[in-house]
Amino acid sequence: MNPRRLLAVLVLCLLPGMPALALNVEPVKSPGGVEAWLVQDHSNPIISLSFAWRGGAALDPAGKTGLAYLVGGLLDEGAGDLDSQAFHGKLEDLAISLGFDAGMDTLHGQVKTLTANRDVAFDLLRLSLTQPRFDAEAVERVRSQVLAELSRQLQDPNAIAQRAFAKMMYPDHPYGRQVDGDPETIKSITVDDLKAWTAAHLGRDQLHIAVVGDITPDQLRPLLDQVFGSLPATAAPVTTPEVQADAKGQVEVIRRQIPQSVVVFGEQGLKRADPDWYAAYVMNYVLGGGGFASRLMTEIRVKRGLAYGAYSYLMPRDHGALAAGGVATRNDRVAESLQLVRQEWGRMADGGVTADELANAKTFLNGSFPLQMDGTGSIAALLVTIQLDNLGIDFVDRRPQLINAVTAADVKRVAKRLLDPAHLATVVVGDPQGMQAGQ
Amino acid sequence: MQAFHRAAAIGLLALGLLSAPILSPGARAQVFNPETFTLKNGMQVVVISNHRVPVVSHMVYYKVGSADEAMGKTGLAHMLEHMMFKGTKAVPAGEFSHLVAVNGGRENAFTTADYTAFYQNVAVDKLDLVMRLEADRMAHLDLKDANFQPERQVVIEERRMRVENEPSALLDVQMEAALYLNSPYHHPVIGWRSEIEHYVLKDLVDFYRRWYAPNNAILLVAGDVTVAQVRPLAEKYYGALPARPVPPRDRTEEPPPVAARTVEMRDPDVHQPSWNRLYLAPSYHQGEVQYAYPLQVLSEVLGGGETSRLYKDLVFDQKLAASVSVGYDPDAVGLTSFSFGASPNPGVAMDKLQAAIVAEIQTIANGGVSVQEVERAKQRLGASIAYAKDSFQTGARVLGSVLATGSSVEDEEAWPRRIAAVTPDQVSEAAKQVLRDERSVTGLLLPATPEEATTRAVTSQPAPQLPPGMSGREFR
Repeated sequence: MNPRRLLAVLVLCLLPGMPALALNVEPVKSPGGVEAWLVQDHSNPIISLSFAWRGGAALDPAGKTGLAYLVGGLLDEGAGDLDSQAFHGKLEDLAISLGFDAGMDTLHGQVKTLTANRDVAFDLLRLSLTQPRFDAEAVERVRSQVLAELSRQLQDPNAIAQRAFAKMMYPDHPYGRQVDGDPETIKSITVDDLKAWTAAHLGRDQLHIAVVGDITPDQLRPLLDQVFGSLPATAAPVTTPEVQADAKGQVEVIRRQIPQSVVVFGEQGLKRADPDWYAAYVMNYVLGGGGFASRLMTEIRVKRGLAYGAYSYLMPRDHGALAAGGVATRNDRVAESLQLVRQEWGRMADGGVTADELANAKTFLNGSFPLQMDGTGSIAALLVTIQLDNLGIDFVDRRPQLINAVTAADVKRVAKRLLDPAHLATVVVGDPQGMQAGQ
Repeated sequence: MQAFHRAAAIGLLALGLLSAPILSPGARAQVFNPETFTLKNGMQVVVISNHRVPVVSHMVYYKVGSADEAMGKTGLAHMLEHMMFKGTKAVPAGEFSHLVAVNGGRENAFTTADYTAFYQNVAVDKLDLVMRLEADRMAHLDLKDANFQPERQVVIEERRMRVENEPSALLDVQMEAALYLNSPYHHPVIGWRSEIEHYVLKDLVDFYRRWYAPNNAILLVAGDVTVAQVRPLAEKYYGALPARPVPPRDRTEEPPPVAARTVEMRDPDVHQPSWNRLYLAPSYHQGEVQYAYPLQVLSEVLGGGETSRLYKDLVFDQKLAASVSVGYDPDAVGLTSFSFGASPNPGVAMDKLQAAIVAEIQTIANGGVSVQEVERAKQRLGASIAYAKDSFQTGARVLGSVLATGSSVEDEEAWPRRIAAVTPDQVSEAAKQVLRDERSVTGLLLPATPEEATTRAVTSQPAPQLPPGMSGREFR
């Protein structure tokens, strides 16, 4: 596995907006019953396949965190008769990209191939899913890579802050742990663990597939059966408990002798299926989700030059959700920046958005949506996310109305419900002046 | 570990806009089929049609970067990039970004050693708007001290974030400075802090007047458009601006390198050491330019994927490294570097890793490459071409970089042919000439003391994923 792929990949439901865009999504069902969404695009000889199973790192046993992540790193490290070098030799000679990534709630995979190598690419994927080797050589190599990356993250203040923040929000829940585990657990994972995870979680009932590019439904159907047909019909149940964020206004300071403090903050958010999702989405754009236009950027960067960036985001997971954000600022101005964050958090909670802000948010969120469709791979990944979020095959067409239906009263209601500066929990990594940990 | 790249772009916004990737050589291809014309004032226009999605990427590249700054004013090109968002007489500060956003667009800008680029991605019917806005700030920027002072602080925070907070970035800066003794690539794109702190507004005004002229800029429009649509708009907005004399770009030559250099950075915050090396190398435009294509093949032979020489030897067989990387970017007005990076596996001493990787480099410099290796590398580079036009923006970015550094559209379109023509002998000769000790700077990132590092590695915790909306190490 390429260690760069080990770096964070977080696929969230933060879909920016989408206007009238003709994206013809066809449902395709194989004779064996495997379903996929297909967007045909024959303008380039390229096919992208994206897929995901519900069930990810949150299911890792407590002493084996990082297990799903290691599985993701090893499924492409040899399968069937092909050891790692032989498997990668084929991929590289044919310019096929194939890889997997565990998230907290899912295991994702992707394949990108030239049409000419389609059958080989799909067959290599079949092998990796059904006959992964987990050779000792590959397991130890990838384990070392993960350990090296975990060490590197120890010198990254952003990573330190995010880790501490997750733990603070979810002290007794898998969401408080890390997808890529920690050194002790990574060292404890055995080949049997990897095999057992793979056997348990790659069931067809939890699988979602999207294909975009130079392939027809008739060509795709038999390939779906070949690749996915022999997987177990059902996956182990997803047993992750529901959880509320433990946000009560606490502050944790992690001292590091660096010139700039990294600050992350947040509290309980709302889930993707919440009826107020779109109102919250619009609210977040105005608060800190949208470049220079946002209130946080205006107050902290544009007016005062306190930071290069200040942002907020919604993080809806399957079993819990956050409304959160961050800023990086010089050590002697951390308190001031944080005060501005709390001020804006409270101003939004009290007053919602203006008519202008609402209108501007809508035009941006709708107008910018197609911009992310930059290539077959990104469209396929988007379609899988839409499936995982149960938004429906016509979501792309319906989304503009969903955004446009949001009223200022909706935003005010959801802001009041979500945002409370007194609850905002904070982690600071750096050497902030005049700041102490505490409530 | 990612070796530092002089061309690594730094830019304006911290938030999740589209990245400015360092494009692999494989992204270059005949497939772009650009159409190009030149306005009467000398501004070159390039149009790359891609009709899949009704959007366009509108980009302006200025042929000026950090290497064009005067002594004592490092980072000024990047500072001006920031100030380009601070308003004109017709479009007050903040209004540019506001108009792009309310029209559903995404925008950003980035600065490299050789060029400064601005772009907006918008629905195709907004092309007229962004072209009007971009042309306006090309000629009518209203630089005010009241906007400059807070923005200087923003840039200082950006520098803290990108460089000062991160030991590996500090080391990268030191390595570049050691590699380029006399060339303006010596200083970092973002500039030296003490100089950022002492700019005055007039520095920006002068820099803007000197370099921001239509005849020193390239317009690239990619996406769901044709030349017939772009030409009248380009003539209307950019064509109305007068040409001005622009100074020649001076890339002072390097004296012949005579001594291998080593830069060692020890920091108590380092938990994962790394080994890095840069070799002073020719680009398409300076130095032994005949090696520019063979070096791209060499880079692929050495570092392209898990079956490449270095990965197979150091990661797979000897198990000394967790990762290895090889980099070479020939798009530069002046010289460039051929780079290596490696991260030791836990418990592997740096000396041992260094000895192994240096031996491997020496093997290739002395013994060359095999016919089979070169064929495989060329095949992979060639195959990757087909992916390049999957994205509507890739072509514009590749051509922007190519044209802003002095190559032509014809050079770009000939890339597959020129790579295919590279022979194993040429690759071996390029390796022999470029991978010489005296051309090299070795950079070591190490913990402050071994004891301290061990304690930390056991007791501290690994880090989490970054949240959405917050990009990681590739800020722009």
